[in-house]
Amino acid sequence: MVRVEEPAKGGFSFDLCRRNAMLEKQGVHAPKCLKTGTTIVGLIYKDGVILGADTRATEGSIVADKNCEKIHKLAANIYCCGAGTAADTENVTDMVSSQLELHRYATGRNSRVVTALTMLKSHLFRYQGYVSAALVLGGYDVTGPHLHAVYPHGSTDTLPFATMGSGSLAAMAMFESRYKEDMTKEEGMALVAAAICSGIFNDLGSGSNVDLCIITKDGVEFLRNFQQPNPRTYVSKRGYSFAKGHTAILSTKVIPLREQVTIEEGDGMAE
Amino acid sequence: MVGKNCFAIACDRRLGVQLQTVATDFQRVFKIHDKLYIGLSGLITDVQTLHQRLQFRHKLYHLREERNMKPATFASLVSSILYEKRFGPYLCQPVIAGLDEDAKPFICAMDSLGAKELAKDFVVGGTASESLYGACESMYKPDMEPEELFEVIAQALLSSVDRDCLSGWGGIVYVVSPDQVIVRTLKGRMD
Repeated sequence: MVRVEEPAKGGFSFDLCRRNAMLEKQGVHAPKCLKTGTTIVGLIYKDGVILGADTRATEGSIVADKNCEKIHKLAANIYCCGAGTAADTENVTDMVSSQLELHRYATGRNSRVVTALTMLKSHLFRYQGYVSAALVLGGYDVTGPHLHAVYPHGSTDTLPFATMGSGSLAAMAMFESRYKEDMTKEEGMALVAAAICSGIFNDLGSGSNVDLCIITKDGVEFLRNFQQPNPRTYVSKRGYSFAKGHTAILSTKVIPLREQVTIEEGDGMAE
Repeated sequence: MVGKNCFAIACDRRLGVQLQTVATDFQRVFKIHDKLYIGLSGLITDVQTLHQRLQFRHKLYHLREERNMKPATFASLVSSILYEKRFGPYLCQPVIAGLDEDAKPFICAMDSLGAKELAKDFVVGGTASESLYGACESMYKPDMEPEELFEVIAQALLSSVDRDCLSGWGGIVYVVSPDQVIVRTLKGRMD
């Protein structure tokens, strides 16, 4: 019987697990997956929540992406920073974002941060930590500003300031010494940027630029690359220049893409 | 690699079983439609299976929507097909390159779980990827014309695969502009 490819019913498919385990025994190793290393932070200030993240994505010890986006939008008033395996954080946040939109249509109300929190923690707990996503979830809903830290196994913390990722200790040191209640927006932004920079410069898994996201009752300000403390300074102005014909070629094939069809006279198509 | 209103995608041609070479004319970059190409590196059985599945999905899309898939949409499709097998993944790393309707180039690389890595300059994948990162970082210049882009990507590919035992035996480069595709095979070291 021919197995036709049916549209996926959703969820994970485990049919290659046994084959991969057999290949691993034969010496074929799975390629390293993209992790986000990361320093992600959040803090609650007088008017709302400020989230911050670095922008380095690593593959083993190589920097795969120097400017990736780690702050994901879950709803217009709820944003989430993700650390851990990049595929997991992206897919979990996309999935919860879609579920929240359906929930908004069903209830007719704006989303609340605790709704997103419960959806995330129940999904992560169901997979017992194998979906490796550590998140800092922040938002401003009808009940006020909220900030939560979500761990890969499904536990959560509700805090006035939170840090996650490999650079969390460096960032937490900044927060613990300089955090105070009811900060102004400028003080909050400066502290978050300082905490991320502390992660960037002291933790090897974090680097590049600082992204900030400020969520208040009036809306969201997403400051992509708010600070760029690591510009590329070693660029040679001349660069490499390869003259045409420099590379040895065995064969060339030119495929024109647009076929020019012009109608000379009469109607285009017989009706 | 991205150029001015064009992109180039290149691959080597070796097919091997660990240290033994089985073929030297293997095709690793596949055409999805005129302006969208995907390069797949890794376990060859997964490369072929993924290519067949993606071609199937694109053909169905074309029949239903009566147009080709946009590169960003295709990247999301590949990402979800890979993430579906998150706990027993396809041992494959795709590199996707395409031109949007307004001739804006789109490139994207993924790891074997489908985590998208969008870049504005270049993306790399495969066993020689560490070397390729270095070569592309130094040789890349923004806004290159197709001829210069070809030279740069060819030099970056050849110099990187020369430093990797598992890659090589020539190369094939596709340079795609809005009105034509130029396919060139490269002469490289056959060791």
